[in-house]
Amino acid sequence: MTNQSQGKETTMTEIASGQGVPVAAQASRWSRERVVALLLDQSTLIVFVAMLVVAMLLTDRFYTFENFTNIMRQCVPLGVVSLGLLFVILTGGIDLSVGSLMAIVSVVVALAIPSYGLFGALILGLLTGTFFGAISGALVAYFRIAPFIATLAVMTIARGAGLIISKGQPEFINDEGFNDFGIASFLGLPTTVYVLVLCFAVALFLYRKTVFGRRVISIGSNEIATRFAGIRVERYKFGVYLISGFACAVAGIIASTRTGVGSPILAIGFELDAIAAVVVGGASLAGGRGRVFNTIIGALILSVISNVMNLLNIPGYHQQVVKGIIIVLAVLLESLKLRLSSRS
Amino acid sequence: MQSPAIVIEGVKKHFGGVRALSDFNLKVEKGTIHAIVGENGAGKSTLMKILSGIYTRDAGRILLDGEEVHFETPQQSREKGVGIVHQELALSPDLSVAENIFLDDLGQGTPLVDWKSINTRAGQLLKSFGFPIDPRRRTGDLTVAYQQMVEITKSLAKEVNILILDEPTAVLTAPEIDLLFDNLRRLKAKGVTILYISHRLEEIFRIADGITVVKDGVTICDLDPKICSENDIITAMVGRELKSLFPEKLPPRDEPLFEIRHLTRRGVIEDINLTVRKGEIVGLAGLIGSGRTEIAECIFGLARYQQGEMVKNGRKVSVAHPADAVAQGIGLVPENRKEQGAVLTMGIDANMTMSRLGGVSRLGIIRHGHEQTLTQKLREQLRIKLGKLSDPVMSLSGGNQQKVVLAKWLNVGCDFLVFDEPTRGVDVGAKSEIYNIIHRLAEEGKGLLVISSELPEVIGLCHRVYVMADGHVAGELAGDELSEERIMSLAIPKRSIQ
Repeated sequence: MTNQSQGKETTMTEIASGQGVPVAAQASRWSRERVVALLLDQSTLIVFVAMLVVAMLLTDRFYTFENFTNIMRQCVPLGVVSLGLLFVILTGGIDLSVGSLMAIVSVVVALAIPSYGLFGALILGLLTGTFFGAISGALVAYFRIAPFIATLAVMTIARGAGLIISKGQPEFINDEGFNDFGIASFLGLPTTVYVLVLCFAVALFLYRKTVFGRRVISIGSNEIATRFAGIRVERYKFGVYLISGFACAVAGIIASTRTGVGSPILAIGFELDAIAAVVVGGASLAGGRGRVFNTIIGALILSVISNVMNLLNIPGYHQQVVKGIIIVLAVLLESLKLRLSSRS
Repeated sequence: MQSPAIVIEGVKKHFGGVRALSDFNLKVEKGTIHAIVGENGAGKSTLMKILSGIYTRDAGRILLDGEEVHFETPQQSREKGVGIVHQELALSPDLSVAENIFLDDLGQGTPLVDWKSINTRAGQLLKSFGFPIDPRRRTGDLTVAYQQMVEITKSLAKEVNILILDEPTAVLTAPEIDLLFDNLRRLKAKGVTILYISHRLEEIFRIADGITVVKDGVTICDLDPKICSENDIITAMVGRELKSLFPEKLPPRDEPLFEIRHLTRRGVIEDINLTVRKGEIVGLAGLIGSGRTEIAECIFGLARYQQGEMVKNGRKVSVAHPADAVAQGIGLVPENRKEQGAVLTMGIDANMTMSRLGGVSRLGIIRHGHEQTLTQKLREQLRIKLGKLSDPVMSLSGGNQQKVVLAKWLNVGCDFLVFDEPTRGVDVGAKSEIYNIIHRLAEEGKGLLVISSELPEVIGLCHRVYVMADGHVAGELAGDELSEERIMSLAIPKRSIQ
């Protein structure tokens, strides 16, 4: 498990088991090693804070209340999707269908509101996302198709299905309550932010406190040993795609509350941002390693990058290049971290 | 006078605050086989890695053939003629045997893969060592023992002056070990110096010309295998005397606990019948590939079988998934601890409770307090040496890792346990503890099936032994009938004797 300051703990164990003698420096509370370990442990957060400082130096339009609410609002769909995706990635899988699922959910909700009402439409939207998640999950867990391929297939199927039912046209939503939700504020924060906070709390609870979370980490760390422990690995692998599908539905709904449109071409390429957020948050694509809090920070980092570049009027094409470079740097930092902690 | 092949003086190495080697001294004459023994964590692997250029030393001198060396990379070490067979197999499973053997020179000097040449040369090499392996086969399809042979062949494919073997026989059976030893003696005659690292003392007496005992990163003493006894080595290794590795056998009860009737898995095992009584330790001996592990796979729901049935406590059981086995109170301590037995990066506590999280959770929510109490109890019961219960299993020695796997099954309350090579890669001290635990389980009336390639282990531990050959039960031995000779004569497939 990715416990806090793992590097330091390993050292302590070896000392405790009599394999070595501690050097004097180890004893002092704020020794260099410990500070370095702490900094490495919180590297995602540190990168984020550094980014806020840099943003302030680059433009004076960054530190305004309006801009902050703007960033938060933008960050919500990415954050929600990333949290769902984190569980998939923790098992060593991947979900490429997230963007397509957001799109089809937004279309389903938009089309369903006139006949089923807002509440019915939302339920239908959530069911749609979960249903596609179930397809991915079944393909991966029970038909043993590689997650990359299975979710690639579901990605194109869902995108196509969205285009079919909307006839390729964006569907305008005429529901005031729905559209207000995306732009309204509550207690000074955008209402949608509360959805993200709720998703974060649920994800953290699942990850830390439940049998499910334990299984997910165990499967990602060593699927064979988990199976050898008599655990029905398939169920949990199925489950994580279900969660991811549900999270996409929530994100798709939130995205359309902001625009007031159900769009079949919503969130094209969104899977890359979501994967980037999880990875920038320090998760390993090999599974078993990743944290809920850092995933949110990862999503915030990506949102801040876009925001700052927009404020600086950097054109979209350039933004993509910069984003790519930042992802590479984040992953490099992560692997450097691993190497340093295994050395000490 | 000729200078010794290897001289190591006062070598030190530490990682962060942990000293892996604090004063290592060694002198090995050219053309001899020298054994290095010590418990796990004594520093043997670190020394090997320094000699092979994976780590660099912090202090001390290393002289090979009288010339001081300081390897920065594995390449430099190889250029000096140091060859290594690691304990962990380092083969690419998707490549052919020949490709693995010639991995660093697939083109034989050209940029294109020279299939004809590498296949022929690999075939010749394998044949010259007496290994019956087709060089064109996919390496991953071979059993672990055969993969080990490929690994050895690979290290000998190049010109070597010094060959280091780390636990080379851990997965080999007796005839395969004989074969390996013949080859080592042949190499020795050619002037190759061999460093032999092993836990198996009887092998060391057979093959080594000199012995160095290591403990806690310090070389304790040099012993002469011609005059010292096994007890001398053990005493030097663990710093105390072990009376006997095996506790006294207690009589089993009469009631059968677990029975297999007419079990057939096509092409692998045929018409297997065996019974394990309550309180009985039953051995399953035989050569690699004789079908022992395959029986375990059927029992534990890892493989399907075509015919036959399994009966536990008088009731027929059907097992299609390991989860079914666990629900029936059947546990498996698998052959490969690192891949199958434990989730190494996960906490010790989480590993102990993983098979029965229901016991420490309510409505799917884990109750950490309960988990801590429970795992603390298991830890004390099995006397596991650890820092914190939340440390990763990885941080433990082999023996303690194995105890964590055992704790997992004790927590489930299994009354029938299958052990597949329970003491592989485990040092003498931990071995004796594992034997004691197995005996204690038997005393409690549990049934135990022990698969092992180590004959002294099978004989010392088990009440009764089934010997497998070629997918059949070739015979059953008990009590005084148990001897290495009788087991081996049953284990060798009849058709291969000519």
